[in-house]
Amino acid sequence: MTALLETRGLTIRFGGLCAVDCCDLSIQPGQLFGLIGPNGAGKTTVFNMLTGVYLPSEGTVHFGGKLVNGRNPVQVARMGMSRTFQNIRLFDELSVLENAMTGAHQHARINLFDSLLRTGRHFREEERQRDKAYRLLEFMGLEDRAGLPAKALPYGHRRRLEIARALATEPKLLCLDEPAAGMNTGEKADLAKLIRRIRDELKITVLLIEHDMKLVMGICEVVQVLEYGKTIARGTPAEIQSNPRVIEAYLGGG
Amino acid sequence: MPRTIALLMAGIVGCYGLNWFLSEFIEVVYVDYLNLIGLSIILAVGLNVVNGLTGQFSIGHAGFMAVGAFVGALASILFTYGEIAAGPLEHAGLAQFLLCLLFSGVAAGVLGVVVGAPALRLRGDYLAIATLGFGEITRILLTAQDSLGGPTGLKRIPKMPLLPGASGWDGGTSVFWIYLFVFVVIVLAVRLQRSTFGRALIAIRENELAAETMGVPSARMKVVAFVFGAFFAGIAGALYAHYQHSVRPDDFTAVRSIEVIVMLVLGGLGSVTGAVAGAVVVTLLPQLLRPIEEALGIDGLSMVVYALLLVTMMVFRPQGIFGQRELSLKLLRRLIPGRRKESP
Ligand SMILES: Nc1ncnc2c1ncn2[C@@H]1O[C@H](COP(=O)(O)OP(=O)(O)O)[C@@H](O)[C@H]1O
Ligand SMILES: [Mg+2]
Repeated sequence: MTALLETRGLTIRFGGLCAVDCCDLSIQPGQLFGLIGPNGAGKTTVFNMLTGVYLPSEGTVHFGGKLVNGRNPVQVARMGMSRTFQNIRLFDELSVLENAMTGAHQHARINLFDSLLRTGRHFREEERQRDKAYRLLEFMGLEDRAGLPAKALPYGHRRRLEIARALATEPKLLCLDEPAAGMNTGEKADLAKLIRRIRDELKITVLLIEHDMKLVMGICEVVQVLEYGKTIARGTPAEIQSNPRVIEAYLGGG
Repeated sequence: MPRTIALLMAGIVGCYGLNWFLSEFIEVVYVDYLNLIGLSIILAVGLNVVNGLTGQFSIGHAGFMAVGAFVGALASILFTYGEIAAGPLEHAGLAQFLLCLLFSGVAAGVLGVVVGAPALRLRGDYLAIATLGFGEITRILLTAQDSLGGPTGLKRIPKMPLLPGASGWDGGTSVFWIYLFVFVVIVLAVRLQRSTFGRALIAIRENELAAETMGVPSARMKVVAFVFGAFFAGIAGALYAHYQHSVRPDDFTAVRSIEVIVMLVLGGLGSVTGAVAGAVVVTLLPQLLRPIEEALGIDGLSMVVYALLLVTMMVFRPQGIFGQRELSLKLLRRLIPGRRKESP
């Protein structure tokens, strides 16, 4: 089986700082893959390179066998990679439903004149997007907030809306950047279940960055640990938890 | 689509009725105000798509209006008289007039692509400066065109086409034509806003990186918004030219661009209703203040009131009169007291 996402020697430097150093990732289709590491380890930077926000200084990213390097975020999104943001980036003035519908925009097969003239195609497209968005809001447990402006949502719901919006792009790979940050224990448990259902029911491969060890160890099959931009361990949750290097990185501070 | 045709019919009938009523019963000077308001509405609603909906700060709108005005005026003069020459004013033919408007809109729209594609890669202040520069360059280039009359511009621009059964001042046609396009631009702007493309534009405004990550092609969508605004600025320019019967490059200085921005800011960036309200206020204000100015002998009072109004607005209601809300039946119902649903 070939990897869905494969990076080789992925490196990025900001001035003198090597934020990510020779990162090799290999994610199989259907996997629930965890990327962990202390604050500032370079996890978000890896996401930014995967999704075309940053151009790697060195190394390659292949997604579904195709080279990602040099593509912009729009092109990467259209290849089937979607993500959420550590610092939530919703469209605050749009409603919850409309936020999710925006994810479905890239699959619209109508042109501007369909919408300006209100052709049948326009109405069918609106219905398609609304149905899809509504189903995903239901999936994420947000359906009774559909009409609210996104800015009116409480924190935990905002994170879930970001996931719903990302799912509306129909991704092959969903990258979640600390989706549980700021959630309480109950919310985290719910989120863990949802992430598992995304993989099991929607058949979407998940790459999860998360600070909460318990959450990552509970749901991921493979975990890779970054520290100062370098990979210090890779393996099953059990292997990672007993790895002295990882324990040092997490408990030794730094 | 059938609704679109019905709506257009309704618009034509409505504007015809308005035109008839005004030319029968209302004094010419007030009709003139209304026409100026109409032109402002077309400009403001178009620019709102760029500045309000998409959040791109463009201040070169007068440039597109100028191009539309000169293209439409020249085409109309050539169609109607065959050459640029002195003589009495005539009415443009219906088909020719519509063709002229199309030329104007398309010329301004094409220019919108040419200017927008590179300029919209800039952000914030840089985009503002680039578009401002575009507007001024357009005006200066037009001033240098001797074939277009140089600084004195084009004169003897035909009147708008006659309408069956209409009569009166200006052949009694300008209200019809101007408000027909007011109607068209409002309908199209609202439809744009309430479509997947409108949501994409708002998404770009709210968070461009997130929009791109969702696969919204922001560079292309921004140009689309820009062209929408430019197209209708071109139409407004052509209508203006036919209404005034003469155009000069100096009719389209940066002050006019800024006026349109003031309309949007005042009404509430991002709301079609706000753009309309802003256009009404900003167009009427100098007219209403003129008698006071003359009585007190203070020239330029309206500029002071403008500035005060803007500052007051920025302090007390920075989101504009309407914010991003639209005047709708729902909002009206909420404003009428006593009709609220009783809650137990
Ligand atoms: N655009 C940038 N310019 C300079 N430094 C950056 C930039 N983005 C990230 N960094 C640096 O890269 C390092 C890794 O950051 P980040 O990927 O956000 O860590 P993590 O997500 O693992 O907490 C940090 O030291 C951060 O300051
Ligand atoms: Mg991070």
